Order: sequence, then structure tokens, then C-alpha cells
Amino acid sequence: MTSEKAQQLLDAAGVDETLHRLASEITAGGAGEGLLLVGIRRRGVQLARRLASILQDTGGFNVPTGSLDITLYRDDLHQIGPMPIIGMTEVPGDIDGDRVVIVDDVLFTGRTIRAALQELADFGRPRKIELCVLVDRGGRELPIQADYVGLTVDASARDLVEVRVPELDDESSVTLVSAAGAQ
Amino acid sequence: MSRPLHIYGGRVVDPSQGLDSPAAVLIVDGRIEAVGLGVEAPDGAESIDATGLTVSPGLIDVHVHLREPGGEHKETIASGSRAAVAGGFTTIWAMPNTDPPIDSPAAVGYVRAAGRAVRASRVMPIGAASIGQKGEQMTEIGELVAAGAVAVSDDGHPVHNSGLMRRLLEYTQTFDIPVLQHAEDPGLTPGGVMNEGPVATALGLRGIPNAAEAGMVARDVLLSELTGGHLHVCHVSARQSVDQLLWAKERGLRVTAEVTPHHLLLTEELVRGYNTQAKVNPPLRVEEDVEAVRQALVEGVIDVIATDHAPHHYDEKEREFDDAPFGINGLETAFSLCMKALVEPGHMTLSGLIDRMSCAPARIMGLDTGTLRQGAPADIVLYAPDESWTVDPARFYSRSRNTPLAGWVLPGRIMRTIVSGETRFEAEGDA
Amino acid sequence: MNDKRPDSGLGKDLIGLETLSGETIRAILDTAEPFKEISERAIKKVPVLRGKTIVNLFFEPSTRTRISFEFAEKRLGADTVNVAASGSSVVKGETLVDTARNLEAMRIDMVVIRHGSSGAAQFLADRIPSNVINAGDGQHEHPTQGLLDLLTIRDSFGRIEGLKVCIVGDVIHSRVARSNIFGLQKLGAEVAVCGPKSLIPTAIESLGVQVFAHVEDAIQWADALNVLRLQLERMNAGFIPSLREYNRVFGVSQARLERAPVDTVVLHPGPMNRGVEIDSAVADGPQSVILPQVTNGVAVRMAVLYLLAGGAPERAEEAKKGEA
Repeated sequence: MTSEKAQQLLDAAGVDETLHRLASEITAGGAGEGLLLVGIRRRGVQLARRLASILQDTGGFNVPTGSLDITLYRDDLHQIGPMPIIGMTEVPGDIDGDRVVIVDDVLFTGRTIRAALQELADFGRPRKIELCVLVDRGGRELPIQADYVGLTVDASARDLVEVRVPELDDESSVTLVSAAGAQ
Repeated sequence: MSRPLHIYGGRVVDPSQGLDSPAAVLIVDGRIEAVGLGVEAPDGAESIDATGLTVSPGLIDVHVHLREPGGEHKETIASGSRAAVAGGFTTIWAMPNTDPPIDSPAAVGYVRAAGRAVRASRVMPIGAASIGQKGEQMTEIGELVAAGAVAVSDDGHPVHNSGLMRRLLEYTQTFDIPVLQHAEDPGLTPGGVMNEGPVATALGLRGIPNAAEAGMVARDVLLSELTGGHLHVCHVSARQSVDQLLWAKERGLRVTAEVTPHHLLLTEELVRGYNTQAKVNPPLRVEEDVEAVRQALVEGVIDVIATDHAPHHYDEKEREFDDAPFGINGLETAFSLCMKALVEPGHMTLSGLIDRMSCAPARIMGLDTGTLRQGAPADIVLYAPDESWTVDPARFYSRSRNTPLAGWVLPGRIMRTIVSGETRFEAEGDA
Repeated sequence: MNDKRPDSGLGKDLIGLETLSGETIRAILDTAEPFKEISERAIKKVPVLRGKTIVNLFFEPSTRTRISFEFAEKRLGADTVNVAASGSSVVKGETLVDTARNLEAMRIDMVVIRHGSSGAAQFLADRIPSNVINAGDGQHEHPTQGLLDLLTIRDSFGRIEGLKVCIVGDVIHSRVARSNIFGLQKLGAEVAVCGPKSLIPTAIESLGVQVFAHVEDAIQWADALNVLRLQLERMNAGFIPSLREYNRVFGVSQARLERAPVDTVVLHPGPMNRGVEIDSAVADGPQSVILPQVTNGVAVRMAVLYLLAGGAPERAEEAKKGEA
């Protein structure tokens, strides 16, 4: 067995502060008409809702949110055997001409985001699509970049970056679990 | 003639003489010369050591389908009679529902001659009851009997027309032969492929109700009463049919009946999964029916066991359930299946079973076999009642392998079958 | 060939609801929910079965079921081929086992089969490694119809457990009836059947259903009625004297429904014989969920295709851990 080492990168206050910063960056050029936050299931959905609520509280913006389950667009479905359970995808109204910000917890290989882009295209043609993530851990396998990044972590492929949200995990934090040693 | 044959060291079970004890059997000129503990071999006799084996009169099956002519891919007279001796049968009666049917003296003569040529079991032809088995016009029964027919039947189809059935039961009395009836009221069985009941309902298959059989048995029993003719009811499967037979027996009518080995043990549950190997007509019924026909056999309300040996080519059974033919290949598993159904659980003694498979068929049909009495033809079976074996259809002597029993371990192994004093079958590697 | 089947859940094939657990049925219905949404999108297509080949093998004529399957397959991105019995070698003559071998030789991923013989779908499933979906076999089962009926009932009441559902009409010839009975019972509903005794199978009580001889009594009892199609052939075969009399005695009419203590929900698997088993006022009325059934049919079939393409739903969570 390899021993594991857990290091908390952000506590609840840290997450909150980071989300406030991301919210202000997203609206730096104004919130405007047609801004839509779409979270990727599952934790991206919670983060998108918190961002929307921060925007409501701090700037009085009323930004709609949606959710995407990208399961059906994954490029590895044929490799994983039994099909995963699918969650609901809810994209409010017509997104033609909108500015859509995809929200996810961790950006890693970029494959999830590729799937999300493909899925969004089946709902319409937004004016612009941007990406907001709480953590960018590196390790990209596709040419994808985030527009808004809460925290950048240099993690190896064997490390785990765990984002916890109160709605699902009873706490708010970001933890790096690294495989210590080379046993 | 051939050398005398001396079978010694075995246990002789011959219910026709109430015999169940260690004894030797001496055969001279193809007939039984003597049976007894002190019977010695004369000089020059051939000896068979039957130590550990049981010796009984050869089994008799009054209901077999040999498929020749017309269905030689399923079975021939040769392959069928070899399968018979492998199953311990020394006499089989061949049903006439071939293509063309055995409805002429020439056809009867052909089956008889072909059967003799094989030198396996005795093959006795049953003539068709109606021309082309169409249920319309009676065949020339006198001519058929003169050519060697031992009974008439339209088996495969019932004689539906009551008037024809009456005439058959009357006309056959001149020749003292039975009418063998497949009892089924076709108006109650359109599209039917299995027993009507819970399993058919769950599987969505059309049913054959008990009443289709019992109703026809009731009619035929009344016609036997009316005419005095010998009615033999084939393959009784329904408990209600037993009630009709009991009524007939109580009145002393000339009514006899048979039951197959499969109806003595198997139920409709075997059909689940659309198992075409368990598709048979009459169909496998429910436990209550199995118990009723078993009890009827024990009590003599049903007289004999007959296989209804119905070989089918493998690809004919490899079909949708609706389209697969009815029938179970029975000759080579019959004795063992009956051992399992009747003797092993204690419903019947071994002697009782031999009676139902040998003595009783001879008795009801007036044959001189089915006994080891002095002077009877030396039709004998040697077997190991307690030895079990695994059913492997690939090893059947029959041309077909259609059985729901593949892989079953059954008690009772046939070791040697002798017809007219001549060994016609010997199990490999033993005896 | 059977050793390819997973040990639990939906497995390789969908042959009937009789052999599925309540849990598996619930998993299929839950999976159908997100698929409903896909049919509402501007572009009604997801790439989940991209590159999969599916044969719709219809030995019996069918428009509704075949179209529903075809939409489901196409919306999941599969390549489909329709084979109808008439005008092909797939008629009586070529045996089903030969058809199966030919499909196997063409490396088909999935086969949707409609066949007139009970057990035909199982027969095919036992002989080819492809996934087999039963689209109706004889008088046996029509599992996707059963599932869409379940989904529609669940949509109407928010639950299935504890409901009373009566299947009305030609139960003896109905594969829909059997799939409904098995599925509804597994999800905790009480099931009854109603119709002339000549159209009710022997020993139906052995399936745990009660039998109503009068449609009025069934309507009094039931929360939902599933009204079966009465085929003209039944009259010719002597099961009932006439369609007119059938309507008079067993037809689900507005007048009869109005006497029900609750607003009975009415389902019909289609195609309807208006004025025979169901009156137009009922079919087009507020208690009818006949069109939602059709919509749900596509979603349920998408769910089944999706789940079969991957394997057992129980193992789904485990599979998801593979995602970084």
C-alpha cells in the first residue's frame, strides 16, 4: 500500500473568497443580458448556483443557471462497461446568442469540457462560451483553457483533487490527496 | 438349431409366475426350457454369467413411431428396433402415421419384413384405422390383419368422428384386435402446444386442456360399452381421464390404457424457457395429474407403460416453440425413467414395473411373450437395476436425440437383450 | 454463448419483465427521465450509440412500435436497418436459427425483434452474442410497452406502489397484458383483469391478479385502466359474437367512467378501435394519457438501448469512478 497525504488547500472561507473573486471576474465587463451559468453535474451545478447567488447579493444581477450531464457525450463510454446513471440536463430556454459560462469544480484532462461543448451545441448557438473552474490541476489531454480559475495546483496524475460542496458533502473545501513516496 | 443357452447366477424377476428369486434360465431352440435354482447347463450349452444382474421377460412397447417410410431422417425401422433392444424392449408395435401411412396390406407387410430383417427387436405393425388416417373411411382391416397388423390406430390424429369410432370398435371384433385411440377433442385444442394452465398463461402459449383428452376418453369408453369392442387408450395424461377409465373398469368393459414414462414423472414446469424438448402431445401436465396417472398404473386402472417413442431430427426441434414438432425420444430411457418415477420412490416394486412393461402388455394384447414360462419365446432382458448412468443422447441408437433428459442421471442399466434366444443387444464393456 | 451475460440486472437482453427485479425496472424508468429531455432539444440526437448497428427485425407488421424504436435508436446516434418479414428472406422457410446465424455473421450489435411466436425473442437471444430486445413475441411479452405504461402511470400518480390497475379486454392474446401484470406487480401495484371469460386465460389467478366479469366493477375498483385493442380476428375465431356487442358490454365509455369514484386514468397501447374497446370521448378526454404513452415510449426505449449497450445498471456507479 502507498501511504496517502492529504493537504487542505482551501477551507470554507477560502472557497467563499475565491468564488466571490470569480463572480466579480465573470461580471467585470458587466453581467448584461443573456448571461447564463451552466454547471456540469454534479459539483459544477452547486458551484454555478453559488456564483449566481453571490451575483444576486453583491451586484443585484439575476443570472439564470442550468445543469449539464455530459455522460452521453463522453468519449470513453464504450470503454467503461456498464452505463453510468444519467442525471437531468436542464438548460433554461433558448441559448441562441447568449453568453454561456460553463462551471465545473476541477479542470484536468479537458475531456469533460469537450463533451460539455458538444452537448451545449445541441441546444443552440450561444454568442460566446467561457469556462470557469474552482481548481485547475493541469494535466490537459486536449487544447482547452479556463477563462476564470479559482486556484491553480500542480498535481501529478496519481494525485486526487477533492472539491467538497455543502449540498453534497456537508462542508466546503478543496483538498489535495497526494500519493506520498514511490512504493 | 442353435446351441442351448444357460443364463445363471442372476435374480429372476418374472411377475407372470410370481417369481423373484435367484435362478438359472435354460433356453432351447429359442424357447424357455426351464427356470429354477437347480437348472443346470446341458452339454454343449452356451453360458451367460448373470451374477449381479436381474433377469426378466423382455419389455414390450405397444406404442412406437419408427418414421419409415417417409421420415427416415428421424428414424428407420432398423435404427428404431436397435434403439428398442438397447432399451430392453424385445417387442415394439409400430404406429402407422408414416408418409404414406400404413393403411394397405402391402405397407403392413413392408414394415413387418423390414423389422424381421434387422434382427433386433420384434417389430409388429399397427395398421391405420382409416384410409390415409383422414378419419373418414375405414381401412380394409381384415386384409391388414392378414398381412400382420396387430391393431389399428389413427394415432397422431384422434378418431374424431363418433360414428367411425363406433364402427371401428364393432368391426375389429371379427379379428379380435384393439383400436388404439389418441384421445383428443380437436375442437378444444386449436393451436395448442402445451398443457393449459399456469405455465402456458405465463409463457403466452396456447393450451391443451385436460378436458380435450378426458372428454374423448369418456366418449370412447361409452362406445366400448355400446359395442363391446376393445378400446385401448393411448398415453393417458389427465387425471380426469383416469376417472373415465375407472368407470369402465368397474363395469368390466374391454377398455385398456397406457401411460408413457414421461407422464409418470415430468410436469409442465419443464417447458419453461420454451424448451422444445419438453413439447409433447399429450402435453406434460401438472403434479396432480402425474400423481393420478401414477396411482392409476399402480392400481391397474391404467394397464401398461408405453413409450410413445417419437423421434425428431435435431433441427426440427431447434425452432420457435409453436413450430417445433411434438414428441420425445423414449425407447432408450424408458426403463430407467420408470425406475426413477416408480421403483426408486417406492410406488411400485421392481416386479410390479416388469409386469407393467412386459407381462401386462402381453396379457392385454394377447401375446405369447412377456413371460419366462416353459415354452414361451425366449425374449429376455438382463439388467442392473441399481446401477445408474448418465443420459447422453449422442450415444443413442435412435437416429434422433430429442429428449428432455439429456444429462440426467437415472437408475437401471440394460445389460443384455435376448430375442428368441439370440442376443440382440449387449452393453459395451460389461456382462 | 450464454456466458456473455452479466450476472444481474438487465443483462444482455430484454426479453420480458417477468424475469426482472423491481429494482432493475425502477432503474430503467429512472434512466428514461433524462432521455425525455433529449427529445425536447433543438437537435434531438446524442452520440451515445455512435457506431453501433441495430437491426429492427419485424416478422409481424407494426408501425407504431417500429417507429418508436427507430426514433429511439436514431436519437442515440445508432445506425439502424429495418427488416420486415414480407419481401425478404425472413419469411417462413428460412428458420429463425438461420436468421440468427446470419445476423451474427454480419456483426450486429443489437437486434430488436417482433415475432408471432411466444418465446422467439428468447430463442434468438440464446443463440447470438448481440443484445436482443423483445418488441413483442406472440402472446408472451412486450416489455418496452409494459415499461412505457409503467412510466406513464408513474408520471400521472407520482408513484406506482399501492395503485390499482385493471387491464381490460383481450387478455388471452395480449403480450401487453402479461408485461403489465409482471411489471406493475413488481413495483407494488395491485393488478386486475376484466373481459369476457373467453378472452381471459386459464389460471390467470396464478399470476396474482383478480378477475372482474363486469367492466363497471373494474372501473369502480381501479385507479387506472389499461384498455387493450380488440382485434377483428377474435370475432371471426368465435371468441366473441360481435364487436358491437363487445362495445355494449365491455367498452370503456364516458358514461361508465363518470360513475367512477375517482378520476380514472385511461391507457391504451394502440392502435385504437374507436367505438369498440374505447369510445372517442374517453380516448380524447382529459383522463386519457394515450399520447403521453407514445412520448414516453421513445424515452423508455432510449433508456433500454442505453443500458443494454453498457451492461448492468448496478455496476454503473463503479464505472463512474473511472472518470477523473
